[in-house]
Amino acid sequence: MSVLPYLVAGWICVIGLYGIVTSRDLIHLALCLTVTQSSTYVLLLAVGYVQGGGPPIFKGVELGTTAVDPVVQSLTLTDIVVSVTVLALILALALDVHSEIETMDPDRIVELQG
Amino acid sequence: MFLPSVALLAALLTWSLVAIPHFGHYRGPYGFVLNRVVLPERHMTNVVTATVFDYRGFDTMGEEFILFIAVTGVVLLLREQDRDESSDSEDEIGSDAVRVGGSLAVGVCLLVALWLIAFGFVTPGGGFQGGVALASSLVLVFLVASHKAWSGIASEEVLDPFEGVGAGGYVVVGLAALIGGMAFLTNLLGPGTPGTLYSGGSAPFVNWAAGTEVAAAFLILFMEFIEAYVVPLA
Repeated sequence: MSVLPYLVAGWICVIGLYGIVTSRDLIHLALCLTVTQSSTYVLLLAVGYVQGGGPPIFKGVELGTTAVDPVVQSLTLTDIVVSVTVLALILALALDVHSEIETMDPDRIVELQG
Repeated sequence: MFLPSVALLAALLTWSLVAIPHFGHYRGPYGFVLNRVVLPERHMTNVVTATVFDYRGFDTMGEEFILFIAVTGVVLLLREQDRDESSDSEDEIGSDAVRVGGSLAVGVCLLVALWLIAFGFVTPGGGFQGGVALASSLVLVFLVASHKAWSGIASEEVLDPFEGVGAGGYVVVGLAALIGGMAFLTNLLGPGTPGTLYSGGSAPFVNWAAGTEVAAAFLILFMEFIEAYVVPLA
């Protein structure tokens, strides 16, 4: 099954989006956003996979041995760092919202301000 | 509104799946080139770390400052909250098993974290991964000891210098190359011996700078959130 990793990435993305759309709590929404972002990790690593390739680390492994793409792995690292910073900012904002208007429900925030 | 959106999204995803290379048939060329040239050129055996801190070093500097700015933002957002100063009196962990086992775990995690950073360009690891592990090992102190023990580590006086040195050290290594008449972040000091700590030129310094910055940034985040979320509940 050569498309399975891509389907998994697509599924994680869609299930996270579904969570965001139906969310009734800002912290739940932030976690769903990280689920959606996780799909990009799976996608990046799947794109860089080479059939039969080992990790791109040549300690005790001869140079020239088939290895997977190191570029997408470093991009995944960047991706994770950005995900964490965004999550931290959203949680801080959620806490601010809660102390202002005593609710975590995104729909009620709109009602109160409209 | 819901069904048309789902149909559109499904169409877009299917369209992108059709054009993507088959799984396991990576086309290159950058990955193949890096896997070939990193060891001869830089004597670093971990190609991912070499990519992050050398070949893509400038991007990683930007990434480090994303983290730096986000932490600054969180500190600014949460500083208005009222802090209950009296809450750190009676929060000692009662169970001896938790205290002893936990304290041992702190030491083990700390060693693993330092190994991940120090050997990040030789074996699996790196400044970012090790930095997160380092921060987690110190957060364990909060879980197994008292809030008082934790606030000895997690104070602005302790953490802010580390975060500044981590973020600034990265730039200083880059500027050192500039002073030497080369491009910003050019790898200095010669490649060294492959597979040892003495390899990779100036990349290990950048690696340590990133590790320090990430560990301090995560500890500041934990500190702010523990003060804002957990302490009011205790």
